[in-house]
Amino acid sequence: MIELTRWQRPEVSVWPGVGRLFGLRDELDRLFENQFNELNLGSQPERLWNPAVDIYEDANNVFVKAELPGLKKEDIEVSLEDGVLAVSGERKSASNQTDAKTNRAERFVGRFQRSIILPAEVKADQVNAHYQDGILTITLPKAEAAKPKQIKVDIN
Amino acid sequence: MNTIEKQNENQTAATQEPTPTAQSYVSPEVNIYETPDGYVLEAEMPGVNKTGLDIAVEANTLIIQGRRSQVDLKADLLYRESGSEDYRRVFELDPAIDTARIEAKLEQGVLTVRLPKSERAKPRKVTVTD
Repeated sequence: MIELTRWQRPEVSVWPGVGRLFGLRDELDRLFENQFNELNLGSQPERLWNPAVDIYEDANNVFVKAELPGLKKEDIEVSLEDGVLAVSGERKSASNQTDAKTNRAERFVGRFQRSIILPAEVKADQVNAHYQDGILTITLPKAEAAKPKQIKVDIN
Repeated sequence: MNTIEKQNENQTAATQEPTPTAQSYVSPEVNIYETPDGYVLEAEMPGVNKTGLDIAVEANTLIIQGRRSQVDLKADLLYRESGSEDYRRVFELDPAIDTARIEAKLEQGVLTVRLPKSERAKPRKVTVTD
């Protein structure tokens, strides 16, 4: 089974103590530099929008958090079927800058979809979702049968 | 003199173990647009709200830094794809930008910065008097 690793955004290390002249290794981008003049554009593969998802669990709930910056609630769909939670949606266009020249476009535009197999059975009619700071947090209360229970075992 | 000595200190420390003063950031994805009136920069920083946002203009650079708000779920983590690092990115500014009129707004984790060009720098027709 091949292990798929998620593409990570480039990381930048900054050394604050040493000062700008020596230490600051930020990658400096120029605001006015037109990215599309660079030769590397041809090698960029078709990227899919793969929003990052985290899954948490406590005794009573399953929580799913998805990073979906810059959307409106109406653009996001959450549905649940057969124990699989599906989060999908579409970013229509990166912005409403119609007459502008685009110097750099890294933000993804288009559809995304993530399907998550839930670790426990949940009550489908009590699921709720909250969208704040670009993060969608879905709370799925567990079905009674899925909650941990203390079972006393008599030993004789 | 002092800064050079400090740098040597960090270098010898680096050969033994990772230097503890370095902080790792992740670079937010940006879109940059340009019109005759100015620039618009959009940066994606999910999990950042206004209190965690830091925008600074220094010399001719724009530094945007976002600290993720800690939402403590008090639950067991089963699977994680999101990063834990804060966001940081630095941009060299076009000298035509009027830095006093830079505006920013943050909505659902997307920072939009408007950087207008100064009036002097805009293209202008010059009328010739006879």
